[in-house]
Amino acid sequence: MTATAPPVKDRPGRPAGGDERLLHDSPLRKLLGRPELGSVVGALAVFLFFAFVADSFLQLSSFGTVLYAASTIGIMAVPVALLMIGGEFDLSAGVMVTSSALVSSMFSFQMTANVWVGVLVSLLVTLAFGVFNGVMLTRTKLPSFIITLGTFLMLTGLNLGLTKLISDTVSTKSIGDMEGFPSARKLFASQLTVGGVELKVTILWWAGLVAVATWILLRTRFGNWIFAVGGNVDAARAVGVPVLKTKIALYMGVAFCAWIAGQHLLFSFDVVQSGEGVGNELIYIIAAVIGGCLITGGYGSAIGSAVGAFIFGMTSKGIVYAEWNPDWFKFFLGAMLLLATLLNAWVRKRAEATR
Amino acid sequence: MTGDTTAGGATVGGASGALVELDNVSKYYGNIRALEGVSLEVHAGGISCVLGDNGAGKSTLIKIIAGLHRHDAGDFLIEGEKTTLASPREALDRGIATVYQDLAVVPLMPVWRNFFLGSEPRKGSGPFKRLDVALMRETTRAELLRMGIDLRDVDQPIGTLSGGERQCVAIARAVYFGAKVLVLDEPTAALGVKQSGVVLKYVAAARDAGLGVVLITHNPHHAYLVGDRFVLLKRGVMSGSHTKDSITLDELTRQMAGGSELEELSHELERAPVPSHLGGHPGGGPAGTN
Repeated sequence: MTATAPPVKDRPGRPAGGDERLLHDSPLRKLLGRPELGSVVGALAVFLFFAFVADSFLQLSSFGTVLYAASTIGIMAVPVALLMIGGEFDLSAGVMVTSSALVSSMFSFQMTANVWVGVLVSLLVTLAFGVFNGVMLTRTKLPSFIITLGTFLMLTGLNLGLTKLISDTVSTKSIGDMEGFPSARKLFASQLTVGGVELKVTILWWAGLVAVATWILLRTRFGNWIFAVGGNVDAARAVGVPVLKTKIALYMGVAFCAWIAGQHLLFSFDVVQSGEGVGNELIYIIAAVIGGCLITGGYGSAIGSAVGAFIFGMTSKGIVYAEWNPDWFKFFLGAMLLLATLLNAWVRKRAEATR
Repeated sequence: MTGDTTAGGATVGGASGALVELDNVSKYYGNIRALEGVSLEVHAGGISCVLGDNGAGKSTLIKIIAGLHRHDAGDFLIEGEKTTLASPREALDRGIATVYQDLAVVPLMPVWRNFFLGSEPRKGSGPFKRLDVALMRETTRAELLRMGIDLRDVDQPIGTLSGGERQCVAIARAVYFGAKVLVLDEPTAALGVKQSGVVLKYVAAARDAGLGVVLITHNPHHAYLVGDRFVLLKRGVMSGSHTKDSITLDELTRQMAGGSELEELSHELERAPVPSHLGGHPGGGPAGTN
């Protein structure tokens, strides 16, 4: 192994061919190469915009509200971003949150069990949805768009159909007076006061998920595999990366976070509306894309998805503070998506061209 | 069937000392004959070249050695032991590393992540088991330097390297992970003259490091520069098998081009002299079914 590699100076072509690439990387260049840069610039712009047009936007209490709105999206944007880096979509992510809440609530109510039993059953059922998505995808080799569109429609139907069948209405029965409810609410939907600002516990969940996901992506073997299966699945397979397991695990990650979001949905009130969640899957995807995830896979970050979710939170609440008609929200979100994607593409091109 | 080399009896119990040996190997896809009666020996410190035009069965041969396909007839021996590989992973575990022309790397990932992809070293324990990033970066830099590539920044996406450099990273990687046999699929096909030379140097370096190399190519000039043994494939069968001392470059080029086909081509092109670098690409129509 040690023997006779050609010495460097044997290669006269090197200096001329390599120089431009070997120019010193300035810290600014490094920063430009980060996947989340575009979204940070976008977030600053949105912040300044609403700080200017809405007086109450800069109050500390507003900050808590904005963060809460961001966290409910952010909790799901994290695993959706990881999945997108791994090269796949999950259109069922939005209704899966509702399904998870419904399972938890109805199981506890029907069995008159401690709500924690329902919460655990819901975890297993939701993870099973994720496994279903992952296994269907890897077995059939159909595009994830089709597979999860199917799951999305089936779950939407099941949510409404089963709820009506069991409860006779479109919402579940209240489980507010059942055993275990207060402790479960504490975990999933409590409120803390930090320095006079009221913060929902979902913000902690969100921060924790972003930290764990970042750790996984950048510092674990599994993270390396996520980038690889999204970036070039054939190369990944050829060097022995377990492609199928990686993809199934990513779908289970989405399911796990759908469970957290679902339990929050249930325990912030004590009933669940069975028609909720439709359309949210796109918002998660938008947050991930605004955050710099490449829609074709292989590139992105968990922190970027958090910034994307934060932009979402600022826009949805900023419009309220500016006392505009909330109908404008979707317009802003769409414009933001286009701008952010263009900015990301431009930044990445520059970063790669000037390396 | 077998050509005029490799004195007989070589197959018995690996007496030949070959790392990998194919003996009369055939592969059929349904009623299509992809490969029939091909024999090949790979020795430690030797380069066995497989030459053939498009559709000659080169990629089928690679896929059998790499563990992607199983052969239907004949013997596949690894260090004298009859084998049927079930997966690329198994091939890797048996010391056979394959570097594909197009799917060698993940372009958007940094060089050091690509280098260790699939075999990442880790440190720590329990939930804090993590990639040994410092080791990965340093090893990548050191191993590439040893192959003569001086990267300032192993963090750059590997897609920003030139085609030749990417091939070299893949080769360096296979050497580092203790491959005994290196299978190279058209490593110079998409490269310019200078880049090809660089890659061939690393191929020679791998050979000198004691690896057995299978070099798949359709360029007899490149093959003759580094090869010890040459197997010619044509439409799925072996049309020749030679050692370096039993054949000249001209003869190899002529056989590779298919002799009469080349004459025909030269006739077709008679208004202009035939440039020598076209020798490997007879223009006589597609090669038909594999």
